[in-house]
Amino acid sequence: MALDANGDAFVEFDRVQKSYDGETLVVKDLNLSLPRGEFLTMLGPSGSGKTTCLMMLAGFETATHGDIRLGGVSINNIPPHKRGIGMVFQNYALFPHMTVAENLSFPLEVRNMGKSEREGKVKRALDMVQMGEFGGRRPAQLSGGQQQRIALARALVFEAELVLMDEPLGALDKQLREHMQFEIKHIADNLGITVVYVTHDQTEALTMSDRVAVFNDGVIQQLAPPDLLYEEPQNSFVAQFIGENNTLMGEVVSMAEDKAEVKLDNGEVIDTVPVNVNAVGERTLVSIRPERVEFNKDRLQPGAHTVHAEVLEFIYMGDIYRTRLRVAGNENFIVKTRNAPDQRRLQAGEKLEIGWRPQDCRALDA
Amino acid sequence: MADLTAQAGPVLAADGTPLKRSLGRALRRQKLRALALIAPLLLFVVLSFVWPIIEMLSRSVNNEIVANTLPETVVALAEWDASTGELPSEEVYAAFARDLIVAIDAKQHTRLGSRLNYEKTGMASMFRRSGRTVKKWDPVEDAPFKEKFLDVHDGWGDIETWKVIQTYSPTVTRGYFLNAVDMRLTPEGAAAQPEDKRVLIKLFGRTLWMSLVITSVCIILGYPVAWIMANLPMRQANLLLILVLLPFWTSLLVRTSAWKVLLQQQGVINDILVWLGMVADDGRLVMINNQTGTIIAMTHILLPFMILPMYSVMQTIPPTYLRAAKSLGATNWTAFWRVYFPQSVPGIGAGSILVFILAIGYYITPEIVGGTKGVFISNRIAYHISSSLNWGLAAALGTILLVVVLGLYWCYDKIVGIDNVKLG
Ligand SMILES: Nc1ncnc2c1ncn2[C@@H]1O[C@H](COP(=O)(O)OP(=O)(O)O)[C@@H](O)[C@H]1O
Ligand SMILES: [Mg+2]
Repeated sequence: MALDANGDAFVEFDRVQKSYDGETLVVKDLNLSLPRGEFLTMLGPSGSGKTTCLMMLAGFETATHGDIRLGGVSINNIPPHKRGIGMVFQNYALFPHMTVAENLSFPLEVRNMGKSEREGKVKRALDMVQMGEFGGRRPAQLSGGQQQRIALARALVFEAELVLMDEPLGALDKQLREHMQFEIKHIADNLGITVVYVTHDQTEALTMSDRVAVFNDGVIQQLAPPDLLYEEPQNSFVAQFIGENNTLMGEVVSMAEDKAEVKLDNGEVIDTVPVNVNAVGERTLVSIRPERVEFNKDRLQPGAHTVHAEVLEFIYMGDIYRTRLRVAGNENFIVKTRNAPDQRRLQAGEKLEIGWRPQDCRALDA
Repeated sequence: MADLTAQAGPVLAADGTPLKRSLGRALRRQKLRALALIAPLLLFVVLSFVWPIIEMLSRSVNNEIVANTLPETVVALAEWDASTGELPSEEVYAAFARDLIVAIDAKQHTRLGSRLNYEKTGMASMFRRSGRTVKKWDPVEDAPFKEKFLDVHDGWGDIETWKVIQTYSPTVTRGYFLNAVDMRLTPEGAAAQPEDKRVLIKLFGRTLWMSLVITSVCIILGYPVAWIMANLPMRQANLLLILVLLPFWTSLLVRTSAWKVLLQQQGVINDILVWLGMVADDGRLVMINNQTGTIIAMTHILLPFMILPMYSVMQTIPPTYLRAAKSLGATNWTAFWRVYFPQSVPGIGAGSILVFILAIGYYITPEIVGGTKGVFISNRIAYHISSSLNWGLAAALGTILLVVVLGLYWCYDKIVGIDNVKLG
């Protein structure tokens, strides 16, 4: 559990379950707590229950079971408009019949704020997203990126401490999306707000978040900072969902505290870190990141296990080389190498031996 | 390249004609093809719809019957000065006799009689009765005619008769329009109708007022239904839509008559109220053959025309807007009123125009359940077309109705804006 300095979680899901139809659980036993100021991303394939979790937090869906707490207080029975949570919707949900300034002024009006105070806040919020001159326009007269900024400003203008965003960048093109990722992150950091961010784009999750919760099938598969998530996936779903990943199937032949030997299906034996395997004889899926594979024998640790490989294809991608190999029957084994002056380009048909540091090779559930 | 940039004149197409002209030619061909496709329908609409309407409307000012039936009389009467208080001269009577003999031969005199009867009651019978006698006269041998006419009918000695004929001699008259607004055309000019004949302005007012009431009731009843339909899952929404459309499966006449069964004093509703003890048996409510009956029945019949446009507009309003408003701190009511309602206004506008325009010209329902107090101007028009056969007045009333509707439409456009009307 990640807790505040003084030990309180700001947002807390406590054994939360949700079912829409009374037959299947869309969210199964969700436990999650985040401290004030954290940027947490819920990442997962479509239909994994991310939006449902966000909607329960915002108050638009009720949890079938369990408690959701905000600042230590259960909010199960507080209606959405009293929760004071800012929200950015996927399609922005900017009110089309109001100007940009009226959109921003709306949350302040419903809080009975005076006119001059409202105007000041609206102006500051617009300046924050660099949209100062657009107050008089209608949402329909703005581009997608501009609408996105306005939606963000509207969620922030009433100084919510917690802001929820449901795939807010999904409708933007790649370049704008990357730009907005940084901008949202910076604004969130500057204001010190807590953000729960939903996306199905893993790059976005890795770039922006303090921690990422990987969802699948209504369950958090792993909750970790981006680097740990990428380098130390806790199960085969996370390993395959985050980043590119090589997998080899095999059987555990020896188990120790921090090392397990795995016999691949073609008989070769490799060293792995046991993550998700418990006993000798178990089937396992071994995962290695493409950039951690080494074919230069000099750089391998002495005595490390190696396996035979055959080059099937070499692809020049500018900053990196991408080589496709056949390893232990897997014809989609990828090796990525940096395009450096001393880097060797492998040739199709070449036969070689490859290896890796044992800690980069993780034995996961099959 | 150089000559292209140097060119200051119009841009030329490849064959040297100005680009504008060749574009125009290309588009014209497309337009002609489109026109050819719609031509059959256009022809049908013009022949069977537009033309009869124009023909009908032209009757509101057309008054050729007097000049056509009594050509010589009209000329002779033109010199007569009614203000002297003397009857026309023998010359006029002689011309009248010649005209009438021809008209009787052609059996036109009774038609003229009915026409003039609108302006002065009794003239129809004057013409009919005189017809029998005048038929035997000879235009030359039987002169002079003045005394003879006075013998046939006193009316021919009444100066008012001749005034009416003189007033209505021109082939174009504003008489029907004056009648339509409770006035009449006298030899001295336009004057108000006698008190007891002033019904039409009141009827116009009532028609407008009741149409407004019906439209408002339809909005109030239809809005929640449309809202529920727009927010239900597809399957239930479709079921509800079928229920909304169900009335269209039965004939209008049946539905209206059903209201008669329900609303009459010995009807179902009164029976239930009496049985519940809410009204006394001798104090049964009068809900039919008056305005209440018309409003109830017409609201029921026109409701689908309000619900459907509302529904199709509401369907396009994503539910996230309401959620967004609530997440920003708005209560359910504020979210609805400030965010949802303004976006549904185009649907209300479309439904209102539809219902109002249908209501203002409605005929069958007020005829059946309206009694005398709940009828509309259209019932009056129908009466003049089929019973009194005063088509000119009917046409004038229809024209006024058309102008009023167009005027209201114009006001609506000024106030709400016609772009704000969406049917889906
Ligand atoms: N309003 C709803 N009614 C019934 N089922 C729903 C509803 N919303 C979502 N679901 C179901 O719940 C599951 C999770 O959906 P959601 O939370 O939207 O996933 P995600 O946002 O991760 O794509 C899906 O299987 C979806 O079909
Ligand atoms: Mg979603």
